[in-house]
Amino acid sequence: MAALDSKIPTGPLAEKWSNYKEHAKLVNPANKRKVEVIVVGTGLAGASAAATLAELGYKVKAFCFQDSPRRAHSIAAQGGINAAKNYKNDGDSVYRLFYDTIKGGDFRAREANVYRLADVSRNIIDQCVAQGVPFAREYGGLLDNRSFGGAQVSRTFYARGQTGQQLLLGAYGALERQVGLGNVKMYNRHEMVEVVTIDGKARGIIARNLITGKLERYFGHAVILATGGYGNVFFLSTNAMGSNVTAAWKAHKKGAYFANPCYTQIHPTCIPVTGDYQSKLTLMSESLRNDGRVWVPKTREDAKAIREGKKKPEDIREEDRDYYLERKYPSYGNLCPRDIASRAAKEACDDGRGIVPSGFGVFLDFADAIKRLGVDVVKARYGELFPMYQNITNEDPLKTPMKIYPAVHYTMGGLWVDYELMTSIKGLYCLGEANFSDHGANRLGASALMQGLADGYFVIPYTIGNYLSGEIFTKPIALDHPAFVEAEKEVQARAEKLISIKGKKTVDDLHKQLGKIMWEYCGMARTAEGLTKARKMIQDLRKEFWSNVNIPGSLNEFNPEFDKAGRVADFIELGELMVVDALNRNESCGGHFREEYQEEGEAKRDDEKYAYVAAWEHTSVDSDPVLHKEALVYENIEMQTRSYK
Amino acid sequence: MKFNLKVWRQKNANTPGKLVDYSIDNVNADMSFLEMIDILNDNLVRKGEEPIAFDHDCREGICGMCSMYINGRAHGPHHAATTCQLYMRTFNDGDTIYVEPWRSKAFPIIKDLVTDRNAFDRIIASGGFVSVNTGQAQDANNLPVNKDDAEKAMDAAACIGCGACVAACPNSSAMLFVSAKISQLALLPQGQPERDRRAMSMVSQMDEEGFGNCTNIGACEAECPKEIKLTNIARMNRDYFAASFGSQETVSTGEGH
Amino acid sequence: MNWFTKILTSSLGKKFVMALTGLFLISFLVIHCTINAMIFFNDGGATFTHWGHFMGTNTIIRTLEIGLIIGFLLHIYEGLLLWKQNRDARPVKYSYVKHPEKSKWYSRSMGLLGTLILLFLIMHTAHFWIPNRTHQFVEGEELPLYQMMLDIFQNPLIVVLYLLGCFSLFWHLLHGFRSSFQSLGLNHVKYNKTITFVGTAFSIVVPFIFAMMPISIYFKWIQ
Ligand SMILES: Cc1cc2nc3c(=O)[nH]c(=O)nc-3n(C[C@H](O)[C@H](O)[C@H](O)COP(=O)(O)OP(=O)(O)OC[C@H]3O[C@@H](n4cnc5c(N)ncnc54)[C@H](O)[C@@H]3O)c2cc1C
Ligand code: SF4
Ligand code: FES
Repeated sequence: MAALDSKIPTGPLAEKWSNYKEHAKLVNPANKRKVEVIVVGTGLAGASAAATLAELGYKVKAFCFQDSPRRAHSIAAQGGINAAKNYKNDGDSVYRLFYDTIKGGDFRAREANVYRLADVSRNIIDQCVAQGVPFAREYGGLLDNRSFGGAQVSRTFYARGQTGQQLLLGAYGALERQVGLGNVKMYNRHEMVEVVTIDGKARGIIARNLITGKLERYFGHAVILATGGYGNVFFLSTNAMGSNVTAAWKAHKKGAYFANPCYTQIHPTCIPVTGDYQSKLTLMSESLRNDGRVWVPKTREDAKAIREGKKKPEDIREEDRDYYLERKYPSYGNLCPRDIASRAAKEACDDGRGIVPSGFGVFLDFADAIKRLGVDVVKARYGELFPMYQNITNEDPLKTPMKIYPAVHYTMGGLWVDYELMTSIKGLYCLGEANFSDHGANRLGASALMQGLADGYFVIPYTIGNYLSGEIFTKPIALDHPAFVEAEKEVQARAEKLISIKGKKTVDDLHKQLGKIMWEYCGMARTAEGLTKARKMIQDLRKEFWSNVNIPGSLNEFNPEFDKAGRVADFIELGELMVVDALNRNESCGGHFREEYQEEGEAKRDDEKYAYVAAWEHTSVDSDPVLHKEALVYENIEMQTRSYK
Repeated sequence: MKFNLKVWRQKNANTPGKLVDYSIDNVNADMSFLEMIDILNDNLVRKGEEPIAFDHDCREGICGMCSMYINGRAHGPHHAATTCQLYMRTFNDGDTIYVEPWRSKAFPIIKDLVTDRNAFDRIIASGGFVSVNTGQAQDANNLPVNKDDAEKAMDAAACIGCGACVAACPNSSAMLFVSAKISQLALLPQGQPERDRRAMSMVSQMDEEGFGNCTNIGACEAECPKEIKLTNIARMNRDYFAASFGSQETVSTGEGH
Repeated sequence: MNWFTKILTSSLGKKFVMALTGLFLISFLVIHCTINAMIFFNDGGATFTHWGHFMGTNTIIRTLEIGLIIGFLLHIYEGLLLWKQNRDARPVKYSYVKHPEKSKWYSRSMGLLGTLILLFLIMHTAHFWIPNRTHQFVEGEELPLYQMMLDIFQNPLIVVLYLLGCFSLFWHLLHGFRSSFQSLGLNHVKYNKTITFVGTAFSIVVPFIFAMMPISIYFKWIQ
């Protein structure tokens, strides 16, 4: 088992990043023009990276599978972005944001990375404001903040309920500016389906032109993946329909390690599932927990009456309600971290006190806030969210409490990267949600946007130079190089195999089957027994997929069903790895809750045995992956039992 | 619920398309329009037919990808909502529903209901940004912004680039989209240094893309899922005239490419 | 292309030209309407002829008239161009269109209304302006316009056609007045109400006064 080198710079925590920057190797401007970088993904991480690298002078090729870079899934983030600006004068600091993030991640993230993240968080806000991102402001004209889960300070910057959209449009503007200047060549409706490596270094990609169906080859001195999260492995999640693991998975199969795949974030405030036909779940921003109070009835009888429509929430008297988060976690109350809030909801529902017909739902009540602040203030604070809820459910949250339930939302796991964000393949980088880096076992709200932009605007531009400085003599490699030809051939063979199966089940049938297995056995609560069973089921599902999937149409055309099939094929393989990882981690931490490891209903970590990053190396689809461990060393903080009580 | 659908099918950009009849049963009132199409597609695939191609991604009304012209309206009959936010309860059992793609010379059809909206990207690339390289920014709070202006900028910035304004406009004009970006940046101090240039080059690029001309009909505003206001177009007009007649700067057509 | 033509041929430039010429023509309507309304003095055309003579012979007014003709031509030319370009911008039409309530039929039909007005104008100038100017040019003196009015509006068909012209003008103005302000960027929460009110009032009053002329003459309310 090779030890993993995370390349963390030496020196005191607070100085590591500046030390690194001061000593990283540089590429001079004339040479930058000769160096080509491929950026796959144009979400916050990808767009900010592509724009910044192009500003620096590199020649960039950027890819996304949507029809425009502006539609990357980052657009959907609602609540906000954290930054240690301390504009509220409430005692915030870089250290505090760092500490909150580490603690929120249940002490399973790398200190140095997280500190850097907290440090550059401030520059992100400056940069975005300079781009014209219309953050919420106070009457004095200065920036407003709100609080988010897992923090006792107000450090979340927001733009109504559309923070992700506004940040992405800022990055997209910067990207398009470079497209206009000719420094970035943008490839929309292109899906990366393979990494091309030559002599152990990433040198390009194979992408499928989704309009024509043709495979195309692209060269780059380095390749950056910023392809987002893979929550859709569960079929139902808050992610966009197209969110996928394909790019990361192909890289994994080429040799990049996949880290901590079992850490999945289940978001506590989503609209509950109502029917089989549902294609996705809708998130109601965590910011709602600022003013909303979560409760279920104290008794099963009341809950049953509500489920059957015999009682309304308003009929339940105050003393008969169980505001369980406030009760269990008095100091954080409704603002405790996501994993905890989700599990508490599950617990209440498993106890028979769920309040929607399926039994899986709890109330999020704004009555108090409305009484305190008035309808108008509450309405203004949550902009689009209330109408959105009302449109979907046909109920007005200003009149009756919202009904919510946890849903898959974010994946902390991803490609393993070192401090420079390089994966275990040289020259292959991974940014944003697609990597595993900063959130440990649980991500705090408003920290993903921060990480995506930190990676893209402020980290990769420095770290990639350190690598590319050694590549300036590498001439662009011709696209008929055997490595490209070979890679394309393999992709083509796999595609032909898929399309020729013409079985009985649709792609969605099989995807739903996978989702059920994952949710049941690798969701909010896991057991060794269940996981073992799930692994077998997934293996069988994979066989079924490859013998019984039915993909209409042909390869050389616009064929969304085929695109979907390719993604589901990868999800199935990933699903197995998630289960393997969950089975390996005999402890409970953050988003990974093993029923065997708990204490009074709270997660029980095992720092002795599991204070490491589990980085998996692919061997073959039919044999076990190999585990590599990166020990997590905490030099600056003490690992504690996470308590929000 | 049961519906009769007339859906535009077109194999690719070069083949002419036509409306094809489908009927669908057992539709739940709480389904979204796209989920209804999902089921229709599922039925088609099971029958060995080609499913209907359509654009979609976030399914929560924010990515701007979904784009169907339903029963004669861009994004269908529900006010201020995208296609993915349209629920079947809006329709009556037994209704006949027409589903067509956005139609505009500037948005060529790729397949069925899928169109190419890259013209919008090119317009943004021509000037829809503040030219500030990463790392150059001053502290965010050094730049106070009048709250009202900030709110108005946010209203304009809410545009999701879906193209419904173009689809709904009898002239197939893109002015609502373009003016939303011009307005957002014109309202903020950050946008001032490039204000003239931006107005001129974005309008120039818009013209090059083959959109129609605005004749102040207001269909765009009425159909915009994000309720972008016509006042933005007026602001763009003002800025454009001020820039074109007043500013010393000129931009050549298609500059920035 | 020089900067000026470039502006004027841009999409916004065309709006600008449409709006300015539109407003210019509106100002012409005010004068035209005021002077013609002199017939309502019912003084056998004395006041009307006095002012008509002034308008027909004053050098400044005659020079402005050239501007007016150019204004008309530009407005018509740009209008047709817009109509064509806008039609071409959607080569394949929708099979089924349901216009939102906020978009008004007359706003969508400015081309049609304009064409109707143009047809009316051809008839109208053929009745008065062309013969009068030709006569002035050839003989050096004006025709008795008042008498001509009395004669021409004896024909009920012509009266109906004139009424249709006024009707088209009403709808055209109802959109055009407010629209020209929007096109010029003059949209302001504080003044929008006023603009709308004045626009609507103008669209009603002016065509109404015009319409009353053939009617009054036909019914011999004016002798
Ligand atoms: C509903 C919702 C709300 C959220 N709210 C918040 C919030 O309030 N605060 C917060 O901090 N975080 C929030 N998050 C999380 C956050 O939005 C995401 O983690 C973050 O935006 C991910 O950004 P990214 O750049 O890594 O990836 P994405 O934005 O997902 O971008 C992925 C990009 O990769 C491209 N891509 C993917 N696969 C391929 C391929 N194979 N080939 C080519 N291109 C590919 C896509 O086209 C896209 O451009 C939210 C997430 C969701 C789902
Ligand atoms: S202005 Fe409205 S309709 Fe037009 S692209 Fe933007 S959001 Fe869509
Ligand atoms: S699918 Fe994203 S807006 Fe409809």
